[in-house]
Amino acid sequence: MGRFIARRLLIAIPTLVAISFIMYAILALAPIDPLASFGADPRVPPEARENIRRALGLDQPWPIRYVKWFTAMLQGDFGISFMSHSSVTTLIAQRLPNTLAVVGVAYLVGIAVAIPIGILSAVRRNSITDHVVSTFAYAGFSVPTFFTGIVLIIIFTIKLRWLPFIYDSTLKITDLGSLGSQLKQSIMPIAVLGLFDAAVLTRYVRSEMLEHLPLDYVRTARAKGLGERVVVVRHALRNSLIPVVTLIALGVPAVFAGAIVTEQVFHVPGIGELLVRSIGNGDTPVVSAIVMIFAALVVVFNLVADVLYAVLDPRIRYG
Amino acid sequence: MAATSQARVGTLPTEHWRPARSLWADAWLTFTRDKLAMVGLFMLAFLVLAVVVGPFLYEHPTGVIDFSKSLEGPSLEHPFGTDDLGRDLLGRILWGGRVSITVGITAVALAITLGMTVGALAGYFGRLDDPLMRVTDVFLSLPILPLLLVIIYLFRDSITQRFGPDVGIFLMIVTVIGILNWMPVARLVRASFLSLKNKEFVEAARCVGDRDGRIIFRHILPNVLSPVLVAATIGVGGAILTESTLSFLGLGFPPDVPTWGRLLFDSQQFLDIAPHWPIFPGLCIFVIVLSINFIGDGLRDALDPRRKI
Repeated sequence: MGRFIARRLLIAIPTLVAISFIMYAILALAPIDPLASFGADPRVPPEARENIRRALGLDQPWPIRYVKWFTAMLQGDFGISFMSHSSVTTLIAQRLPNTLAVVGVAYLVGIAVAIPIGILSAVRRNSITDHVVSTFAYAGFSVPTFFTGIVLIIIFTIKLRWLPFIYDSTLKITDLGSLGSQLKQSIMPIAVLGLFDAAVLTRYVRSEMLEHLPLDYVRTARAKGLGERVVVVRHALRNSLIPVVTLIALGVPAVFAGAIVTEQVFHVPGIGELLVRSIGNGDTPVVSAIVMIFAALVVVFNLVADVLYAVLDPRIRYG
Repeated sequence: MAATSQARVGTLPTEHWRPARSLWADAWLTFTRDKLAMVGLFMLAFLVLAVVVGPFLYEHPTGVIDFSKSLEGPSLEHPFGTDDLGRDLLGRILWGGRVSITVGITAVALAITLGMTVGALAGYFGRLDDPLMRVTDVFLSLPILPLLLVIIYLFRDSITQRFGPDVGIFLMIVTVIGILNWMPVARLVRASFLSLKNKEFVEAARCVGDRDGRIIFRHILPNVLSPVLVAATIGVGGAILTESTLSFLGLGFPPDVPTWGRLLFDSQQFLDIAPHWPIFPGLCIFVIVLSINFIGDGLRDALDPRRKI
């Protein structure tokens, strides 16, 4: 087992290095000047511009900058933001809790919704319940989250005036009232993302259950007189969940990427919103740090999925 | 497709006789029996027809600005209402739909071409397998949406300078979506090539003197087409979603190209006065992606060789 994980890690690390290199090269070779805003300002004299350039290390060739940036990143230092002049690590640390509060909770909601209705729809195959669930799942992952978000805003903020649509991250939960406002402001973004995640996962749960329900061991369980609930939950579900669990792990990076859009719709000051804003400002250090975080999420959760699969399914041998 | 037509071996009793059908005819028959897939096909046909023919029949000049009519709800004159500059939304949706759909199809065509090339090379030539699959794995680990945003932001200005704002953005969005989405197809094609290249029919082709190129294109590739077709269909839906996401984040087409995502982006500031504005373009994205997913799933079932007819 240890050797298996070690081998996977040995593949994951070069992948991350390769991605960081590709990304840095794209940013460095792009025909856009990170100091364009200074360059356009006639009040900045050329020598001052050169000094800024040197202070930011931009006078060196990019492969050297890449090596410096990479070694600093390994020590947790992503550099200084061009726009806010504070450390990128601090900026991201400020925003990450907001993203996690929305995306993390939404994913948990999605999982909590998907598993029971996926089971229900598989157990009652071709019933009305199954058709309703399948239609919901199809619709759920065909509708773009920004459209669901806008529709919810129109209904609950503009027509009914029940919920705010701008997320206030300065809100501190101190009493019941502020807890209520926190719930009110997060319910729409969580609902939008949760519905989408639930739609994707429901299909997986349903099809895995459908694969397992006709198998011999399920029939054996029934034959020895176990109740239907026990047969479904203790026998079929446990085996069906093995691939579902790995898919849940594999889905985490996509869920974070989906947050980019939702944070934009509801003005949640998370890392997705920071990415879009920094791209607009040409704030290269922040952009490269966030893209690296997303890349690391993909690699790490691929690894997690592999390991989970090997742990949960004894038929998989650690090769 | 002559190469894939089924040969009937032996003689069947006459009462079971039926006219010989090709694999594709069989698949079509199964497909037409799939209710959801047919619903999808009709919805898609309707939308495509609407954006292709619609702008000719629906003669509302799309660019006409009329401030006296700005942000009006749906009416007889403007069935989908108007935007902040008083432009007719139905006309804009029809025009924008052309762009959205063209982007989807072109981007997928690029992704499929790339993926089939990489997959065929990796699967057929053992020497290339390892390096090409390493590259594929790295691409699969790329964070696609963040990277799309970054690339488009970085290269937008230089490309629009060279090709003009509309064509430039179109080329760039199509290229970037294509380059970041070929990997699943490459894996699919490689896997099929690996399992097929040692089969007897390939050996036979080699024995009669066929060269590698002919074996790849004439003998192996036709057998790979059906999973690729399914992937391509679903990919078009995905590409349309990606394009509208980019436009929604303000990093897609310029304001004068009213793609569906762009219309939603523009509508955001006016949600309180003009809630009708985002509804119709949003519904268009939803319906087209939904119908493509229905068709894709129907095709998957219909082209599955294990299916029962």
